[in-house]
Amino acid sequence: MTTRYDTIVIGAGHNGLTCAAYLAKAGKKVLVLEAKDRIGGMAITEPTEDGVLIPTCAHLLYQLHPDVIRDLNLNLKMAASSLPTIALGSDGRHLKILGETLTAMNGADLSSKDQENYTQVMRDLKKFARVLGALLGQKPPRLKNRDWEDTKTLLKLGLSIRMMGRKSMQEFLRIALLNIADQLEDHLENDLLMGVTAMEAVWGTHLAPRSPGSVLSLMYRLAGSMEGTQGAIGIPAGGMGKVSEALEQAATRAGATIRTNAPVKSLLVENDTVIGVELESGEKLLANSVASSADPQRTFLSLLGAEHLDAGFTRRLNKIRNRGDAAKVNLVLDGLPEFNGLSQQDLAAKLVIAPSINYIEKAFNHAKYGEFSEHPALEITLPTVVDPASSRSNKHVLSIVAQYAPYQLKAGWSEEQRADLGEAVIRTLEAYAPNIRKQIVSQQVLTPSDLEQLFNVTGGHWHHLEIQVDQLLMMRPLHGTAQYETPIGGLFLCGAGAHPGGNVTGAPGMNAAQRILSRKG
Amino acid sequence: MTKSISPRKSELLSAKPRINAGRKPTPFHPRQVEKCETNDWTLWAGYSVPNSYHSVELEYFSIRNGATLYDISPMCKYRIKGPDAERFMNRFVPRDVKKIKPGRVAYAIWCNDEGHILDDGTIFRFGPDDFRLCSQERQYAWLMDSALGFNVEILDETDDIAALQFQGPTTFAILEAMGIKGVETLKPFDHKNFPFAGTELMVSRTGFTGDLGYELWIEPGKALELWDALMAAGADRTISPIGSLALDMARIEAGFIQPTVDFLHAEHVVRHTRGRSPFELGLDWQVDFGKGHFTGRRALLKEKEGNSSRYCFVGLEIEGNKPAHNALVYHKQKKEIGHITSAVWSPTMKNNLAMALLQRPFGVDIQEDLWVEIYVDKELKWDRVMAKAKIVDRPFFNPPRKRLTPPARF
Repeated sequence: MTTRYDTIVIGAGHNGLTCAAYLAKAGKKVLVLEAKDRIGGMAITEPTEDGVLIPTCAHLLYQLHPDVIRDLNLNLKMAASSLPTIALGSDGRHLKILGETLTAMNGADLSSKDQENYTQVMRDLKKFARVLGALLGQKPPRLKNRDWEDTKTLLKLGLSIRMMGRKSMQEFLRIALLNIADQLEDHLENDLLMGVTAMEAVWGTHLAPRSPGSVLSLMYRLAGSMEGTQGAIGIPAGGMGKVSEALEQAATRAGATIRTNAPVKSLLVENDTVIGVELESGEKLLANSVASSADPQRTFLSLLGAEHLDAGFTRRLNKIRNRGDAAKVNLVLDGLPEFNGLSQQDLAAKLVIAPSINYIEKAFNHAKYGEFSEHPALEITLPTVVDPASSRSNKHVLSIVAQYAPYQLKAGWSEEQRADLGEAVIRTLEAYAPNIRKQIVSQQVLTPSDLEQLFNVTGGHWHHLEIQVDQLLMMRPLHGTAQYETPIGGLFLCGAGAHPGGNVTGAPGMNAAQRILSRKG
Repeated sequence: MTKSISPRKSELLSAKPRINAGRKPTPFHPRQVEKCETNDWTLWAGYSVPNSYHSVELEYFSIRNGATLYDISPMCKYRIKGPDAERFMNRFVPRDVKKIKPGRVAYAIWCNDEGHILDDGTIFRFGPDDFRLCSQERQYAWLMDSALGFNVEILDETDDIAALQFQGPTTFAILEAMGIKGVETLKPFDHKNFPFAGTELMVSRTGFTGDLGYELWIEPGKALELWDALMAAGADRTISPIGSLALDMARIEAGFIQPTVDFLHAEHVVRHTRGRSPFELGLDWQVDFGKGHFTGRRALLKEKEGNSSRYCFVGLEIEGNKPAHNALVYHKQKKEIGHITSAVWSPTMKNNLAMALLQRPFGVDIQEDLWVEIYVDKELKWDRVMAKAKIVDRPFFNPPRKRLTPPARF
């Protein structure tokens, strides 16, 4: 107990590492504690016996904050930084989307009116997303604390909405809380196009296209950029794990210490202030502040303990929406898969099975009643195609996000339920790639319940909690914890549960570090 | 023709489960109906209880000169048990529960996150991990919310226990006459079980009148037996049942505050500024900042350190004999500085008493030249009286017999 750290960071996921790197760079003595035997959290790449690298959870990069890359001088090479999206049609007639450009494949229906309107809809959404994007890299402004910096942020936000012009401002305010299905159906007529665009709004959420607020979640998704291109998606060379490794190097380079296999049992509290942590091993470590990238419920209820919090706060905490509804399925194939109507070259893309808004809604109906979708919507990448270096054999990987698979399955998640979910995914795939079943060498099915276990994320939600208007900005994760601070002194939040939220962005970690550094004394 | 085995329609209808709507009778109801000449009933937490039986004044004088029965069965009673019970209770209330020993009772308030009072009541401690919380208003939801993260079991025992408030100078003698052996050892705020009618009678030396008295807790099936035994043993000692109106006079003399009268449940108010902190209700002594965290602690510490309490709760003696119901309080007869929350002409003290909520600094730094504007109805002609008022300590009425152990046999 001789060393006293400036800050102990709990969790070596990308946000924990980002926070640690910023703090260490500012000359602080920083220790990162990771419960698991490896760093990276949900952004990891794991080798298999088949000689391929699997993106266990996250498989696409589209929002890593440019400030994080620049400030931390991240050594990150991209295998692809502008992947097209291909909306799969069951008849082999697909739509390819790159930016705002649409291409009909194999004679798919696509009217010139849809072409034109799609471009306009996406341009508007991206314009609105840029307004939100400006808020990602800073602490969310609070409304009542009379802080000049917050007032400035609010004025700038108001001004930037007004500066879009009167018509755009009205449109922004009109659609901000709308559901994405209404917005798309107002302008488009192509089912496949509407399906894939609507699905973009609801990946990783417990929302369907007709759920209120799904326009906002799409704006949030479009707020990020890849190498200067807004809304672009990419895959790092060597896989998603490379993002975490680059952040680890940045943190270590700046002088932070990282310990794995060091699960925190509880936070040490003295005089209503967090003064350090106690590990499961019994070891006690002291620090001037503790920044937790664990999810809010875990941080407050498991690590801090309800007895240090007010009952109204823990009541709200208990009600936050943090139940994941997305499963991850990783298939190792004995060769390149054959999708109807796709060439080998086309496989270097994000493939989406969400052929219409109603398809997604029907898939979601199951989740509403505690079942997984019979015909799930799928987001598929082939990392071994995009980045050939990630396979040392002739085998390939299908990395699939499958929706919907609710965290709280009515029947409870069991070996059998998990197998049935895997079967539903493969059955869905077969309609587009008829020979796929024979090609499967091994498969990994991770339900939200599995993700919870694997990554210590309560509810198995990849944003830690829903990105919804009541859990955004100064209300994220909940009233009483704005701006990375918590009700108790010395404890900060630096994970996806804090503003601006999930996805591999590094923004919560970066903002939290700046908040900790700006503290007086 | 063979007899039909299927029930007839009318039978089917009568077989429907009856939903008990409306007010519930308490276990003492049969006796109360017999005695309640005024037929004046009021609602308390779903139950009917008498406002009065025959005469509010005579019932009041029974409290101060004899013995009285007041039915507190509707009192909400919650059992809190389990390994974390003490930790839970200490997080629930601002006072230090560790200091309440088994066999003791303590008055307590509890607050929301903003440090505003939700309710007040009494905590009974039965053992290291066993408590009962009694309150006037329902608290189950807040208790359950507060239980998140604690290994405790919370049971609503409201309907499982019948209770009487047994108050007045002759109560001790009556209990003795009833054969309750050892009751003389009970000190104020002690509780103890005694055998009675083949069951356990819990006696606590507590009450809401500021006089010598007890509260008696028993299983509902034995309630009438208890009532009858008390009435029989007290026949020579002016025993009488009383209603809520007489009790209210005594409780103001005792200086006790009452939820929904002197303050409102902070989560029930529509206007968020209507919540009141313990410092604003003269309950500073309830707040123990040194014991660790409790709900509302950070807000209360901020209020204390920032000296930002808005109100001050005071006891007043007012000139004249017109009770100052709902009156406004003025400084120098000009500036409106607060209002009366409870008022009574005290028949025992022959004094015009009231409790008032004043805007600080009045009541704290400025205590002189206070006036109360009382409206008096003289046969539909309203007179306005500006009466001088003086801040005095509570309790207004505090007789030595209340504290004496063993109590005197009046």
